[in-house]
Amino acid sequence: MEAIILQILNGLDKGSAYALIALGLTLIFGTLGVVNFAHGALFMIGAFCAVTLSRILTLSYTVVDETQKDFLGNPLKVDVPYLHDMFGQATGDVIIDWAVPLSIIFAIPVMIAIGVVMERGLIKHFYKRPHADQILVTFGLAIVLQEVIKYFYGANPIPTPAPAAFTGSFDFGAMLGFDPNLIIYPYWRIIYFAFAAVVIGAVFAFLQFTTFGMVVRAGMADRETVQLLGINIDKRFTLMFGLAAAVAGLAGVMYTPINSPNYHMGMDFLVLSFVVVVVGGMGSLPGAVLAGFVLGVLESFASMGAVLEVLPGLNQIIIYLVAIIILLTRPRGLMGRKGVMEE
Amino acid sequence: MGILEVKGVGKRFGGLHALSDVNLSVKENTVHAIIGPNGAGKSTLLNCFVGKLIPDTGSVMFDGQSVLGRKPHEINQMGISRVFQTPEIFSDLTVLENMMIPCFAQRDGAFSMAAYADMMKDKDIVGRAEAELEAMNMADKREMNAASMSRGDKRRLEIAMCLSQQPRLLLLDEPTAGMARADTNNTIDLLKQIKEERDITIAIIEHDMHVVFSLAERITVLAQGTPLVEDVPDNIKGHPKVREAYLGETQVAA
Amino acid sequence: MFGLNTKDTRLLILVAILVVLAPFILNPFPENSAMAQFNAGYPDLMQRFVIFGIFAIGFNILFGLTGYLSFGHAAFLGVGSYAAIWMMKLLTMNVVPAIILSVVFAGLFSLLVGWISLRRSGIYFSILTLAFAQMSYSLAYSVLTPITGGETGLQPKLNDPRILDGALAEGATPKANLFGLEMGASYELGIGGWLFTLNAGYYIAGVLMLASFYLAIRIFRSPFGMMLRAVKSNQQRMNYTGLNSKPYTLAAFVISGMYAGLAGGLMVAMDTQAGPERMFWTVGGEVVLMTILGGAGTLIGPVLGAGMIKYMENIISKINSKILHEWFAFMPDGVEDFIVNILYPFIGKGWHLTLGLIFMAVVIFLPGGLVEGGQRIARLFGRGKKASEKDASGKTTPAE
Repeated sequence: MEAIILQILNGLDKGSAYALIALGLTLIFGTLGVVNFAHGALFMIGAFCAVTLSRILTLSYTVVDETQKDFLGNPLKVDVPYLHDMFGQATGDVIIDWAVPLSIIFAIPVMIAIGVVMERGLIKHFYKRPHADQILVTFGLAIVLQEVIKYFYGANPIPTPAPAAFTGSFDFGAMLGFDPNLIIYPYWRIIYFAFAAVVIGAVFAFLQFTTFGMVVRAGMADRETVQLLGINIDKRFTLMFGLAAAVAGLAGVMYTPINSPNYHMGMDFLVLSFVVVVVGGMGSLPGAVLAGFVLGVLESFASMGAVLEVLPGLNQIIIYLVAIIILLTRPRGLMGRKGVMEE
Repeated sequence: MGILEVKGVGKRFGGLHALSDVNLSVKENTVHAIIGPNGAGKSTLLNCFVGKLIPDTGSVMFDGQSVLGRKPHEINQMGISRVFQTPEIFSDLTVLENMMIPCFAQRDGAFSMAAYADMMKDKDIVGRAEAELEAMNMADKREMNAASMSRGDKRRLEIAMCLSQQPRLLLLDEPTAGMARADTNNTIDLLKQIKEERDITIAIIEHDMHVVFSLAERITVLAQGTPLVEDVPDNIKGHPKVREAYLGETQVAA
Repeated sequence: MFGLNTKDTRLLILVAILVVLAPFILNPFPENSAMAQFNAGYPDLMQRFVIFGIFAIGFNILFGLTGYLSFGHAAFLGVGSYAAIWMMKLLTMNVVPAIILSVVFAGLFSLLVGWISLRRSGIYFSILTLAFAQMSYSLAYSVLTPITGGETGLQPKLNDPRILDGALAEGATPKANLFGLEMGASYELGIGGWLFTLNAGYYIAGVLMLASFYLAIRIFRSPFGMMLRAVKSNQQRMNYTGLNSKPYTLAAFVISGMYAGLAGGLMVAMDTQAGPERMFWTVGGEVVLMTILGGAGTLIGPVLGAGMIKYMENIISKINSKILHEWFAFMPDGVEDFIVNILYPFIGKGWHLTLGLIFMAVVIFLPGGLVEGGQRIARLFGRGKKASEKDASGKTTPAE
């Protein structure tokens, strides 16, 4: 029992990332009909938003501290962040410590801007072209984006820790009334899951309860009719692209403490998140979320020792295997609408 | 016995009876038109002939063999060719290549792994394709990209492609839909010419009464998924039941 | 000649000349000059040119003709590699069985993958192939370690059985050869200050590339090739014309898989090692880039694309800021720094960025790739010439 709960928990954080990326991906496909291979790159850029903010916050000037000596006996040079001058040392350190959560505020406008520019500058011209062309041009864009990041940030992973308060683990099992020390779970992962749940909830609420969301949903169902009604659906779709970019970016921001960001992390997640979208059903938002979590949890079950003894290597391929089976038996995915991309 | 025998065909989509108890017999070497108001089930019926839809009940026999459950390419190999409402041609290929493909399909079957031979050196196929283009007065367009032709020419090419296979039954799905009057008349003339020159059975689904009465030797009127009457054109024209089905549609009076 | 029309024969001969003379053409700089490091005429790189050329020619038979975009062809390259290395371990260091088996195994594997993936089309097909490639990669990396050597991969060892070869002397290294002619054997030809390396492995790979190219031309001009173009153009009409499109696409898939296997086998013949990284999906992505960059659906395009990408990867990537400063040293200091700073992100280690940008530009503006670009330029300059003379590229549409 404990083992099962632990595996479910382990699956949740990865599942959250899959779900968030897939959500944006399917939002773009559903509204704009575009297959966006650059979506992984947006996730990666989000992660680097966190890196950038933490660098900005730690911008320092050097002072010579006469009271301390280094090992050669010279006066020690100390880097003092500007934040210390602005807010005092204690508050400054707290702000630096909280760089990753603070990046959320920083990343939202940046990612929306990137998304809007991308849609207006490039994607717009590909609405009427075949899906293969869309895949190819966004694949090229993904390469360009990751090379730009590599140029500015280098090729090595950049550790970006969570706030000190959330590092380390806690005994989740004991909290639930199980024996202690059986279900140990890192704080940040539970936060990541909660964060993902909030973002997903917000996106759904936004689509469900606002006029904007209603028009977008109508547009997803039948673009031409909505256009005939005289509603400027294109402008809304542009914003939708920005929103999808922001969701992917936020997923990336919060993922940085789990995996140090590097320039190719987007490509690594891209393939998996496409698989997630397809399993969930192309263009189905609940499907993407469901499939994200289901696949995340399945993957973590497949990596249990007992499973690997019987079927070694299953954890490596389970997601692809599920995808292949789903695609062959139920092409529209778990929750896809009938007739959407069912060729 | 007709070449195409349809017996008791029914098809439902959810709660909608698209076709119910359709009986139809298309005699060899005739032009048989199936007409009816919008939503009468004409296209559904046609799709049952070519393997795109499988009816829930009844049978469709072509030359004594059932076509049900067969794939479109198998039905074509039995001798049925279909012309679509909007011309379906290979737009990325040249006109000559468009003509060669059906010739290959007829001679070599549904699949042939001739990956090493030069197709332009296949004198038999090239000759047939060229002769067919010649017969359709399209020889001058052989090197043209099919996409760049006028709509009337695309229709002509599609019909030529179907005819090059020497089908025993040619199905035409509203061949003049969306055409200007001049193009429609050209198509009528073309079909008349085909009828005179070749031993071929033509089943035509049409909305335009002018086309139907210029061509058809027998007419079946379909309404709400069932055949109303089947008769020669002269008897159809004044038939009270037909007038009733078409009430409000002025074309019949013309 | 060779059963081809004049235009295709001319193209084939041109490519043959380029392959034969590549060691000279690619080494334009004297051996001791500062520019010598930009010589591309060394065996290792030239081998990669032709091997990736084969890979791309094969991929083009699938994507260029049928329009089915596979992101999974790295898997067949990898299977070919593993098959070849096992032949070298078990049978002989002679490359002939290795190469034959690599084609056979890649063909069988692509038959399986294609049979399943081709049940879907469009983006679903792309994702299915992607899933298969990633699965193969993961398996090769982990569970299949007894067969694939896991992360480290496989190399021929001294104590491998190699039942056809005699025992090797202690301390000797097994070397890939063709009936005794070692792949690494080179003849160095010094002319003036220039040094040209004529390498056995390169020429063997080159001959196979020419054979593959010839075969591709035959396929393009055959009824089978026309059917593949019909698949891309209008599957509905094809089916209603009595043709079964499924076996055609499957055959194209298997043929392109066999080309990939041949490329994988040749890689092993040249460097006698195989590892799972060859199966990673980005390797399959690279061949997509090559084919489209050069011109999907054209004969010569994929070869050009492969050459261009491999050249950038190996030569352009060597240009560092010091070299740039030397090149622009004649300019005033400020201008020099400015130009170097502008250029630097795009070359040297940043060559991928340039590649990505060029690729995007090609997809947006030049769907026919570099070949179409070349044709447009030729048309600008060569008005008045006959159309057939301009079109030396073998673009698919004209059947002549």
